[in-house]
Amino acid sequence: MLASVVAILIGAVIAAVLGFNPLAAYGALVTGAFGTSMALSSTLAGAVPLALAGLGVAVAFRAGLFNIGAEGQYWIGVIVAVWLGYHLTGLPGWLHTLVCVVGATLAGGLWGGVIPGLAKAYRGAHEVITTMMMSYIAIYFGQYLIAAGGPMHAPGYNAQSPQIVKDAWLTVLLPPQLTTAVFFAIGAALVVWWGTFHTTVGFRLRAVGANPHAARYAGISVPVYTVLALGLSGMLAGLAGGVQVLALDHRLMWGFNTGYGYTAIVVALMARNHPFGVLLAALFFSALSTGGQNMQMVSQLPSSLTDVLTGLIVFFVAAERIVPLTIAWYRRRRGARAQVASAREGGR
Amino acid sequence: MSVLTNPQLWASTLAMTVPLALPAIGGTFSERAGVVNIAMEGIMLIGAFFGVAFSYWTGSPWLGLVLGVLMGGLLAAIFAWAAIRLAADQVVLGMAVNIFASGLTAFLLNTLFGYGGTPPETPSLPFVSLPGLGPVFAHQSVLLYVMLAIVVISHWFLFHTRLGLRIRAVGENPLAADTAGLNVWRLRYIGVIVGGMLSALGGVYLSIGILNSFDVDMTNGRGFIALAAMIFGKWTPVGSFLASLLFGFATALGVALQGQGVSPDLLSMIPYVLTILALAGLVGRSTPPAADGIPYTPIR
Repeated sequence: MLASVVAILIGAVIAAVLGFNPLAAYGALVTGAFGTSMALSSTLAGAVPLALAGLGVAVAFRAGLFNIGAEGQYWIGVIVAVWLGYHLTGLPGWLHTLVCVVGATLAGGLWGGVIPGLAKAYRGAHEVITTMMMSYIAIYFGQYLIAAGGPMHAPGYNAQSPQIVKDAWLTVLLPPQLTTAVFFAIGAALVVWWGTFHTTVGFRLRAVGANPHAARYAGISVPVYTVLALGLSGMLAGLAGGVQVLALDHRLMWGFNTGYGYTAIVVALMARNHPFGVLLAALFFSALSTGGQNMQMVSQLPSSLTDVLTGLIVFFVAAERIVPLTIAWYRRRRGARAQVASAREGGR
Repeated sequence: MSVLTNPQLWASTLAMTVPLALPAIGGTFSERAGVVNIAMEGIMLIGAFFGVAFSYWTGSPWLGLVLGVLMGGLLAAIFAWAAIRLAADQVVLGMAVNIFASGLTAFLLNTLFGYGGTPPETPSLPFVSLPGLGPVFAHQSVLLYVMLAIVVISHWFLFHTRLGLRIRAVGENPLAADTAGLNVWRLRYIGVIVGGMLSALGGVYLSIGILNSFDVDMTNGRGFIALAAMIFGKWTPVGSFLASLLFGFATALGVALQGQGVSPDLLSMIPYVLTILALAGLVGRSTPPAADGIPYTPIR
């Protein structure tokens, strides 16, 4: 929280230096995120994939693993959900939705769990690098699928896949964007919370994260839990992709709404990996992004300022020792001054 | 096969190697000193943006180059301070730098130059043709030759000088280095900041080396391919260069084969697939420096 306050203040200074009115700009940002029912709908809808993928990143963090490749697992989820969404026909709508969602979840889990998990567990390959590389492979794979001549390319000039059958789409709750997807996010947060804190598997997973050596002596198989944690993490990111594409785009294409998997890492960090914190942090970053566009329209301040803020927040979250160091430095100075004062008094 | 004998392919392979090899060697400097650096992408963007901006403001692309590299070094210094002094998580910090740099350069582009992009009259660095070496070395950016020199110099520096040995020592076993009287923190600062300046030079190449403009996120993931090249090159300057050459070739081949039935997207996957295989020990084992990513508290 402190990190975001400091970041927002720095952002205000930058805006003021460049001759913009920071209060008006931030006002526009807040109105743009929550001011109208349309804004609220977009903010809540944008928070759903962030929350789901953020839960995924948080689960891996709990096991001491850094899943930086949620973006790729997200896209694998999108790809599989879309493929199932337009290949299968004749299923009842609810069942079709369910098949797509389950497919996306499993695919994300396999993408994130198998190769990075096994490479980490048995060859010691660092998961930051492998999940990141898998992420790029997924994105290029998706681009290949929908490029002209690719297996999922829909007839026409645009690089995009055919549309998912309409019956499988998620129902709109609050136009234009908020759908039943929001229940997936809340449900997943509850499941992750219960799983992390109230099951044996969750306990062991946290034990591996807290101290892998102690966990091994306690009889927990560290390789199994490494693969499991990365797999579960990938499942949630895949679910995010599946739910998002069933809710909004309804087809595979590269639009403006990419990058959820990366922001999800920020979400998990800010929430300190607590499932309910993830929901709040997802809402915060979604509001920042939705409101940022309104800020650009109203105050002419480019919406990329919100990226600057996000970067600063992550920096301050990582550099949390800046606070005790500053306090210590302040105390030392005050202590030195007191010493000087007492020395003077003693001299009198 | 006529594609492979076309000198244009090899010329563009070299041209695409420069913005990978420079940050890859930069990352090597940082990680050899024991600081994990995934921030090459962001530092490149800073170098690219300020390279153009100062080139336009001063009218001299060379001043643009120097100041762009210095701005990259400045960002790397902040990163280094948080990673070394504050013992912050280096991967998270790297992410912060990437997001921050992407946002800041986009923001400054729009506030300082408006929404129409950088001015078209911005001067760029000269192109040089080496006589007698044929079309492959014709009309290449001067930074290609700088890069080739940097490969040699950084290999010599890291493996044949006392300072290079010391930088590698704090990346392998900082406690031993500290006991032997080395200043671990100072050596790590050197590694990260020199590395950042090399990454920024890679960004400068993109903006005023081959073009004379800056575009939002123009590095387009090259910082991450460079990361892959660094690992595939086993954390050495020469290895990083050779891996970058291979990845540059894959990119150039993808462009050359466009419209010939081979998907450029599938070719683009090559660097990432090779890196995973290398890390898993299937294509030559890559092992990072032993103390890579572990903050160090000096003994008193």
